[in-house]
Amino acid sequence: MTEEELRVGVYVCHCGTNIAGVVDVDAVVEYAASLPNVVHATKNMYMCSLPAQSGIKEDIKKHSLNRVVVASCTPKMHEPTFRAAVQAGGLNPFLYEQANIREHCAWVHADQPERATEKAKDLVRMAVAKARLLSPLNPKKIAVIRSALVVGGGPAGLRSAADLASRGFEVSLIEKSHFLGGNAVRSASLPFTDQTPREAAAVLTDALEDEKNISVHTGYEAESLNGYLGNFTISLVKKPRFVKECSNCGRCIAVCPVETDNEFDYGLSMRKAIYMPYDSAYPNYPAIDMSVCKKCGECVNACAESAIDLEAEDEKLDLSVGAVVIATGAKNYTPKDGEFGWGKSDRVLSLPVLERVLDKTGPTKGRLKGKVENVVFIGCVGSRQKKTSEEEKVNEYCSRICCTESVKNAIHIKDRHPDAGVFYLFRDIRTYGRDEYLYREALEKGVVFIQFEGDVPPEVNVLKKGAKVVVSDVLSRESFEIPASHVVLATGFEPGADADKVLEVFKLNRSADGFFQEAHIKLRPLETSTEGVFIAGACQAPKNLVESIASGSAAAAKAAVPLSMGEVELDPAKAMVTEFCDGCAICIDPCLGKAITLVEYEKDGELKKTVEVNEALCKGCGVCMATCPKKGIDVRHFTLDQLQAMVDAALET
Amino acid sequence: MTDEFEPLIVAFCCNWCAYAGADLAGVSRKKYPPNVRIIRVMCSDMVHPNLVMNALTKGADGVLIAGCHPGDCHYGGGNLKAEERANAIMLMLEDFGLEPERFRLEWISTSEGNKFAKVVSEMVADLKKLGPSPYKRG
Repeated sequence: MTEEELRVGVYVCHCGTNIAGVVDVDAVVEYAASLPNVVHATKNMYMCSLPAQSGIKEDIKKHSLNRVVVASCTPKMHEPTFRAAVQAGGLNPFLYEQANIREHCAWVHADQPERATEKAKDLVRMAVAKARLLSPLNPKKIAVIRSALVVGGGPAGLRSAADLASRGFEVSLIEKSHFLGGNAVRSASLPFTDQTPREAAAVLTDALEDEKNISVHTGYEAESLNGYLGNFTISLVKKPRFVKECSNCGRCIAVCPVETDNEFDYGLSMRKAIYMPYDSAYPNYPAIDMSVCKKCGECVNACAESAIDLEAEDEKLDLSVGAVVIATGAKNYTPKDGEFGWGKSDRVLSLPVLERVLDKTGPTKGRLKGKVENVVFIGCVGSRQKKTSEEEKVNEYCSRICCTESVKNAIHIKDRHPDAGVFYLFRDIRTYGRDEYLYREALEKGVVFIQFEGDVPPEVNVLKKGAKVVVSDVLSRESFEIPASHVVLATGFEPGADADKVLEVFKLNRSADGFFQEAHIKLRPLETSTEGVFIAGACQAPKNLVESIASGSAAAAKAAVPLSMGEVELDPAKAMVTEFCDGCAICIDPCLGKAITLVEYEKDGELKKTVEVNEALCKGCGVCMATCPKKGIDVRHFTLDQLQAMVDAALET
Repeated sequence: MTDEFEPLIVAFCCNWCAYAGADLAGVSRKKYPPNVRIIRVMCSDMVHPNLVMNALTKGADGVLIAGCHPGDCHYGGGNLKAEERANAIMLMLEDFGLEPERFRLEWISTSEGNKFAKVVSEMVADLKKLGPSPYKRG
């Protein structure tokens, strides 16, 4: 590197009063100006504002700056902003460093402004120390594979796949079960429309038929993900369906002698070992449940299309895609045995079971069992739980959907049984937004709402036909006893059953609630910690159908960005071999990307050894750098010297 | 009060979990003592033992390395490499005549702002009891 004179510009942000309300910004600017190589130090009310960004651009020319430091918020928020400003000023964007004096200083030390100011000075000094040693970096460009994988065949995944395909990208949609539709298709009705959830799902699945760019893979699960944004390789395994695409004539189902509980109806109906969950299910031909099939061969004999192969085995499939949308959904909370009478009586239902019961085409033709006298809904079952100990895993979040679904069904029952009492025992009513109309309608129709305290939940004493429900009313401070013919537990949602596996394969993080975590809770709700992997639907948090579909579209739009760019830049912060490497090779084994290889070369007639880094495989984690005893391998932008300079600056008080 | 010993802690926080956890402590306005200086690293496995030992012998009273929880590493297992290395660092502390309390490896997720604040507060309290690094006095 040429010995150019270092000229650092330092910018300190007020962030309104966020920083300046605690930290003495003028003192930090004055201090920054006194640091070696700092030729320009200034402040701004909001460094991220366009005028402030232009200021950086102009100052680079005016003061011949060749390094820039901004002391402001977390680099996770505005590092890209300031790198772009630095680039606009004609500097390499990697000659920029950020000091985090908001999240790591002003916001956590508001009670100690003087010490916060001293700390802010230290953080600026550390950033300047690193900035002095920064080198310009030029990201490599890699061609993007113009296709996407969508994981999950519920509404969010279906929407996402259709949207991506309509933009001209090849889409592979995988679903672990043998039929598409997800949880939504099991509901009896949708609020504000006469369209049933199955009809709505059919609109989405019909779109798949018309769309040449989509290939649907049911029965598939992802086993591993390799590569990076633009160039992922995904290994899939298919669990056999045992039936090839056929005319769905139904003869096989008719002759099958095996009957088992139909999980689609939560065991309220029976199905055969070869089955369709419901008539219009997609793909519209049967699957065989091998866990109950006796392989008697009746179906094989009955099939005129030779579509059945009872010996089919697992299949493997590798896909190469540029981006991935995860839409694996959530699962319904199943109450614990005895929780509000659960499992003690067929008159105690959960919300999803009630949806099957009230479905006119469902197992009970839409009728509740027995005489309908008093139907009592109990809210917040499996949601908004309180921990009784630090270790206990409970669902502390609100599941958002249960209030609306309960009120929708309460109206439905009241309409059908005007003389019956319908009660909703609730902690808080959260029929948010437009769903408020449902709440109002329920009130007008005479549904009785009784509020209870979370600490004093209703008691359900199961009787022969129905139950005695005792509730402590918040308003009257009185206890009521309701002779219920039916009890409905307004159960919420939990992370999907295979969330752990999806999390591991796609290297996602969990939020405190256990759902998949977005890259930024406010600003990047669709991205994840794995670049090029996006999330949609209820795998992120409980969402209703509209929200799921909207997020499916949104994730498709996000995924389309890298796909349509044609090429993406690889983060240049990768390992690089230095002159000190003597080829001892101890960095090869710990490397997480298997990116390092040992090479031999000849110098002055001598055979020498060193290592080489494959930058496409290198993840830039730096385990090699910390393993090497000789400073033989460094990670760009996080070199040992740069980190050491920061340490030294931190200690320089 | 004014003469009370204020330990200086250098914290290496991984970009994906602990650094974001420290950010969340800020976003949630969780107070902790201003004794820590955070250095962002891409992964906890990037922190060379020399960085830790240099810090502790040149004036830091404590060093914290914070990474993702096991299973959550962005790179798939870098934190476990850091854990192996932490064992070696503990042995080096002994060789250097430093107390084990001066070094901590912690798993802090992006959602654990409270934990970040708790770890720093605990460490500051521990180091106050322990007193300044022996390398500082000389």
